[in-house]
Amino acid sequence: MSALLQVENARVRFRVCSTLQALFGGVSDPCIDAVRDASFSIDEGETFALVGESGSGKSTLALAVAGLLPAAEGSIRFEGAEVTTMDTAALKAYRRHIAFMWQNPVGSLSPRLSVGALITEPYRIHRVRERDLKAESARLLKMVGLPPEFAARYPHQLSGGQARRVGVARALALDPKLIIADEPTAGLDVSVQGEILNLLNRLRSDLGVCMFVITHNLNVVRHISDRTAIMYLGRFVEQGPTDDIFARPRHPYTLALLSANPEPDPDAVLERIELKGEIPSLRDRPAGCEFHTRCPFVGDACRQTFPPLHTVSAAHALTCHFPR
Amino acid sequence: MSSDVLTVTDLSVHYRTDHGALQALRHVNLDVPRGSIVGVVGESGCGKSTLIASIIRLLAGNAFIPNGRIEFESRNLLDLDEAAMRDLRGNRMSVVFQDPMSTLNPVLTIGRQMTDIQYRRNASRADKQRRAVEMLARVGISDPASRLGQFPHEFSGGMQQRISIAMALQAEPALLIADEPTTALDATLEVQIIHLLKDLQTNIGCSILFISHHLGVIAELCDYVVVMYAGEIVEEGTARDVFHRPAHPYTEKLLQCDPAGIAAKSRSLPTIPGEIPDLVELPAGCIFKNRCGYVMERCDNVVPAWTESAGTHFVSCHRTQT
Repeated sequence: MSALLQVENARVRFRVCSTLQALFGGVSDPCIDAVRDASFSIDEGETFALVGESGSGKSTLALAVAGLLPAAEGSIRFEGAEVTTMDTAALKAYRRHIAFMWQNPVGSLSPRLSVGALITEPYRIHRVRERDLKAESARLLKMVGLPPEFAARYPHQLSGGQARRVGVARALALDPKLIIADEPTAGLDVSVQGEILNLLNRLRSDLGVCMFVITHNLNVVRHISDRTAIMYLGRFVEQGPTDDIFARPRHPYTLALLSANPEPDPDAVLERIELKGEIPSLRDRPAGCEFHTRCPFVGDACRQTFPPLHTVSAAHALTCHFPR
Repeated sequence: MSSDVLTVTDLSVHYRTDHGALQALRHVNLDVPRGSIVGVVGESGCGKSTLIASIIRLLAGNAFIPNGRIEFESRNLLDLDEAAMRDLRGNRMSVVFQDPMSTLNPVLTIGRQMTDIQYRRNASRADKQRRAVEMLARVGISDPASRLGQFPHEFSGGMQQRISIAMALQAEPALLIADEPTTALDATLEVQIIHLLKDLQTNIGCSILFISHHLGVIAELCDYVVVMYAGEIVEEGTARDVFHRPAHPYTEKLLQCDPAGIAAKSRSLPTIPGEIPDLVELPAGCIFKNRCGYVMERCDNVVPAWTESAGTHFVSCHRTQT
């Protein structure tokens, strides 16, 4: 199997103050690393999930993959072509092959365009003239399970689940090779979450499209992804096949995330690993293992040295001094 | 004094729209016993927000209440004038909203906001500040005194929600209404906030009306659970009753289709097919009939009665009455 997307040691930086301010304020680095040393690949027909709390750099990494944010270091290759060095024209051609499903289903749809205009907008942007837009909008709506009459509706007339489906239809317009779905189930009711996940699964098996799913809900991931990476403070702490991670999570942070899900059972006996404190600031990364300030299994080594890469199997790796 | 802090009796709330009255809440009965946590579960459009807005009397301008009573500490809130209502809000009852960033004023420091809301107290500035520090410490904010000079954006989402809780509980209200307070937070912080609410509830001795669509959170935190669907309460009981022996088909389906609750990997997850009925022109009979798997002839035109299924467990469904 060949890799469709290959990311190696990607680093994305944001400037938080000017060089002068940094100089006089005694700050050694005017930039923060939102994403650091992220490496992963997505094979043909595969779904890759990225899990982490808000501010862990998930969306930043996705934007860098789409070429919407520059990567400071590392390489991002799509079908062998380097994305980080592409010029504007090349980027536009590249973006025909990737599609974004944005996090806010209603907010990402222009309130002044009808659903039909919204889902055929990619054809106009990429100047695809040979297709009949009306027929296309009916085809796309059918693919996501909406009746063709919806083409005349406006975003405010849609429910959350319907708006999400329109987002999926728009992502499918140009037959992309990769769909980047940012929090596909956030803000949806539980009964609708299942519908959207089923839809994504169906599209994957029908169209063979690759997916890059970003979410903070580990329990949603297990139903759609083949491989999962867990991100903390912009770094991958654990990465491996989804089944392995759920069967035997190794990194304390993964364990905590998995156990943090409250069960719909008042008598559930929870062996909960509770994390203390808050996520540290990116401007002031902890020394040693960056998770040590919240880790329940912290040891002396964690405070001093950055943990080595611990390989469980060829595909399953994590960075921890004391893997479980 | 009755044992209930809040008693809602036969409450209906309608909204005037161009197409006619939208019946957002219909004949809702709800009790919040003193010192307990009552959870309200339901999906979007079921009337959760309308319920809260009618309790704190901050309904939208086009809303009207055709019938019902809302009794809070032995007074009917619907009879009170605006001044009396103002006196209750933030004092005897307070609300924690979903998004802490829009609850807090972004251009004022936390200290300023926390002293401002103590306007009722006849105390010195220093005294009010001391109280603010004390409350911040209580919700687990480290080094609270030095934090008073900071602005909301300098805190993380979890900390902002802690601050909103501190502000809501500052006057030690009898009733705290929590409107999806953990929805905007991550899983690990969600657990922290639930535990914090539970601890504070025991310490202060207030009652909590907890609104959420997250079944797991409700199960963990609440003593009693109320399930709402399309403007009606369809089931009510102790958390154990509702989660272990769901009596209404809607509750049953809701519990089945939570993707987070399904441990086995599945490519085709259960859903609840169909849509919420039109609340302007209500269908006859049971409100859930178009999505129910057990629909019978009677469901079509007879509205199911509110019946006891066992002890404290109530449900409105024809199935339990046969």
